[in-house]
Amino acid sequence: MRAARLSVLTAVTVVSALTAVTGCTEKSDAKSGDRVINVTATDSKCTTSAKQISAGHIELAIENKGSKVTEVYVLFPDDRVVTERENIGPGTKQRVTAEVKAGEYQIACKPGMKGDGIRQDLKVTGGKVAARDPRLDQAVAAYRSYAQEQADATLPLAKTFAAAVEAGDLEAAKKAYAPSRIGWERTEPVAESFGDIDPKVDVREDGLEEGQDPAKDWTGWHRLEKSLWQDKKITAADKTLAKQLITDLTDWQNRVGKAEITPTSMANGAKELLDEVATGKVTGEEERYSHTDLVDFKANVEGAQKSYELLKPVAKENDAALVTELDKQFAALDALLDKYRPNTSSYAFTSYDKVGKADRKELSDAVNALAEPLSKLAAAVAK
Amino acid sequence: MTQDRSGIPSRRALIGWGGAGLALGAAAAGGAVAMTRTGEDVDPAAAETGAAVAFHGPNQAGIATPVQDRLHFAAFDVTTTDRAEFVRLLKDWTEAARRMTAGKAVGEGGYGGLPEAPPDDTGEALGLKPSRLTLTVGFGPSLFEKFELTDRRPDALIDLPKFAGDALDAARSGGDLCVQACADDPQVAVHAIRNLARIGMGKVVIRWSQLGFGKTSSTTPDAQTPRNLMGFKDGTRNIAGTETDRLDKFVWVGEKDGPAWMTGGSYLVARRIRMHIETWDRTSLQEQEDIFGRDKGEGAPVGKAKERDEPFLKAMLPDAHVRLAHPDSNNGSTLLRRGYSFTDGTDGLGRLEAGLFFLAYQRDVREGFVRVQRNLATDALNEYIQHVGSAVFAVPPGVRDKDDWWGRTLFSEEA
Repeated sequence: MRAARLSVLTAVTVVSALTAVTGCTEKSDAKSGDRVINVTATDSKCTTSAKQISAGHIELAIENKGSKVTEVYVLFPDDRVVTERENIGPGTKQRVTAEVKAGEYQIACKPGMKGDGIRQDLKVTGGKVAARDPRLDQAVAAYRSYAQEQADATLPLAKTFAAAVEAGDLEAAKKAYAPSRIGWERTEPVAESFGDIDPKVDVREDGLEEGQDPAKDWTGWHRLEKSLWQDKKITAADKTLAKQLITDLTDWQNRVGKAEITPTSMANGAKELLDEVATGKVTGEEERYSHTDLVDFKANVEGAQKSYELLKPVAKENDAALVTELDKQFAALDALLDKYRPNTSSYAFTSYDKVGKADRKELSDAVNALAEPLSKLAAAVAK
Repeated sequence: MTQDRSGIPSRRALIGWGGAGLALGAAAAGGAVAMTRTGEDVDPAAAETGAAVAFHGPNQAGIATPVQDRLHFAAFDVTTTDRAEFVRLLKDWTEAARRMTAGKAVGEGGYGGLPEAPPDDTGEALGLKPSRLTLTVGFGPSLFEKFELTDRRPDALIDLPKFAGDALDAARSGGDLCVQACADDPQVAVHAIRNLARIGMGKVVIRWSQLGFGKTSSTTPDAQTPRNLMGFKDGTRNIAGTETDRLDKFVWVGEKDGPAWMTGGSYLVARRIRMHIETWDRTSLQEQEDIFGRDKGEGAPVGKAKERDEPFLKAMLPDAHVRLAHPDSNNGSTLLRRGYSFTDGTDGLGRLEAGLFFLAYQRDVREGFVRVQRNLATDALNEYIQHVGSAVFAVPPGVRDKDDWWGRTLFSEEA
């Protein structure tokens, strides 16, 4: 939603115009008539005065003639919100303005402020025909496939891990733990955008909310990590947790293809992956029992790099120096990480408790060196 | 133009037209920052009004400048191997320093830019006055090993020898370069280091940094001499910012000293000196005064009535601190001291992690700090202090004008 607002709309103003206090509403309607779409909402209908308008500044003059409080949206075809006005009481009028570019939209009235609403098509034509750069659409599509591939590839690995836990095989479970997380870590910002899956599968004990009981409410990878490395035993509860992990990850696999992804969210997601590294992995907090932090670290960087590579053709046109710097810093961080694995085709990294203070600082410095320019990528693709 | 009553542009006012172009900013700076570096700027009112200290001049600001109340000192290591990239950083730093010392935000400011991008300036100094911020850059011995500069390393920039009692922590020592940020407002000093570190990411990394409060030496003799954490007045006989003859004799590198690129520069020794606060506090007043060689209340030398009376060294115990550190005991060696007290919380044993962050500027390290510190080997004070961090830097001359940059004389062949 945020990205849509940033890239499509240059200005959104909401004008509240209760009839009781604005006597001149009718006059102003007449003045700017061709830019105004009258929307008449009732409890069962949503009538619009125009189905087509030229691109640019538009204004919705909304009147609620129904008995329920309503809300009115302008939506993209995929239901992202262009603009909205909530809490329009019965018998009142409201105005909403927006800048829209050419494209297909829908106006939705939601009597009772519930459900999908009653919809009318709106076609916006001409004007500054500034549809998104098709290369960015391709980047989003490619990233969407990548996120799906990562989820698809993760499930079998997670099932191997879960099976080992259910079989009570401590060593096999430990071995399968880190590999089962790689696909998740590569695409974590997408999974986090759903809000409900991440707290179930990837929360750490200190990440539980107030009132949550670690004995009952702590689920997912890290609870099992603690059992395997700290408690050194697999309980019946752990076996149930392993089953639950697969259920939750299957939910992720089913939903990941429908995630809201934009070029800006890809760029910001890349930065967020580096933030994850900076605050969780470099400190050794993420994998405090297994010390497999460098596996997550590598996966986070790979996921960030994927987003970056897809956005690079556009970013390069807008900010060539940034691309040069990012290429350099990704390569430097990759090279540094490779010092911690004997075989660069494997994800078997040095246990993080064996990485000394000076080496951790070196890793932290390399993350900062990459993350700082990476924070400028979103602006370079939004230009 | 928005100015407050004192005629000094506030950061908030200045940032407003960050996007309006540099011409406006330059005009404002010209009007507001009228003071010169040394001598004339000893203005007691300046601290109260939060004035700006001129950035341009033959020497870097922050040496002879009246000592501000707060410090953030950072030592950096260079990670880039590309000389051109490092030079670009020095230029970017100079521009950022030029703006921050004038009370302006870095780059395009702290807000109002592209919503998709993080702001250029981190924002915590918006609305604050320039607060006499000075930023002073120095180059450590290890920098000359990089970028093939070994033949340009000054002879006076030696690696400090090991002194008796040193317990140096490598993680708090050394550095390829340093930035000393001094300001009357700690937030302004921290903002400056934070933004320079951010601009430097990918090219340099912070090796260590130190916050300081409570200046322990003054370069303004008319002002009250500050006290260190041991409760004694410190730096009574320090070189004043107005004493141009002593500055030329003891602080600034002269044309004949060489190398040419250092003319107008100086050498900085930084020492993190931990004080054993708790044992000191249990020491009798008599012993405390004997150790320093001055009385605690007035600060007068042994046998004298007033702080500024000429000390009679032979009246002091042979191991008294003032006696051993005095120029007369060191072939005339005189340092410009600019140290700050520090308290970094407590150590794991519940003791104050506190002391003196000693900063001394001199014309030649061999004839300055080294000579004095060797003489302090028998200092009675050593029982209560420990040197735990150490660094030495060549501080290049000042940035002359808007086209000049930190280190130009070292990195440009013309010098």
